[in-house]
Amino acid sequence: MSDTTAVTRNERGSRTDATQRTDAAQRNGSALIPPVDVIEDSTGITLRADLPGVPRDKLTLHVESGTLTIEGEVGLAVPENMEASYAEVGVARFRRVFTLSKELDTDKVSAELKHGVLNLRIPKAEHAQPRRIDIKVS
Amino acid sequence: MFQSLFPRDVFAELDRLQREMRESFDLSPSIRGLGRGGFPALNVGGTPQSVEIFAFAPGLDPATVEVNFDRGVLSIAGERKPDLPVEDGGKAAVHINERFTGRFRRVVSLSDDVDPSGVSAAYRDGVLHISAKRRESARPRRIDVQ
Repeated sequence: MSDTTAVTRNERGSRTDATQRTDAAQRNGSALIPPVDVIEDSTGITLRADLPGVPRDKLTLHVESGTLTIEGEVGLAVPENMEASYAEVGVARFRRVFTLSKELDTDKVSAELKHGVLNLRIPKAEHAQPRRIDIKVS
Repeated sequence: MFQSLFPRDVFAELDRLQREMRESFDLSPSIRGLGRGGFPALNVGGTPQSVEIFAFAPGLDPATVEVNFDRGVLSIAGERKPDLPVEDGGKAAVHINERFTGRFRRVVSLSDDVDPSGVSAAYRDGVLHISAKRRESARPRRIDVQ
């Protein structure tokens, strides 16, 4: 009787260890850094990121207190019983964090994901847009 | 050997160090060049019925990708067009430029048991998935003892 309880406790203990380990691995950021292009023009910033294999439902964009976080998980249609023999992409996760500046309007961020490329547009706030000031001739 | 343009550039030094480490570990590189680090990145796996190749090539027009299989050698070639703005009098500034542009070609030699007529390719979410079937005669079989 006491033996069984010990066994179950052990099993439960090891199981929580395993889940904690995966959680820690995910949080510690064993993730790939996606390559990006950042282009700024007078009305805003365009960010393009390569996220191959990330479907739309596994991509999360997060804007919080001046930082932009891009996170995605690779979802490949791998056939069952496949054995990997060679891998250059060893981690199935992308993550990258950017610090935003104040003049960017984070409420109007638009994003598009096509063929594994994320296209993000962050416009500048109204007051930061360039204006032409008319000179009155008196 | 690779020399840094700026002698005190820490990142260039790290890059050189990494390159030298890689070269010293990989004593006999493949005849078709150093494997790793090219575009697109490749993952290869196998099942008893097929060989599966995943090429991580985002942002391509699937119609322009060339996949050829010739005498046991699979090649993936194409071009990724630059989509950065051309210098137009300082109106747009490029702050970060890390994404690959230009022509690419990667070659993989597959095992002899691959059937040339059974190679198929699909492009989804920026990943090119090539599946090559093994010949029927080469598949593992269980032999009944009579």
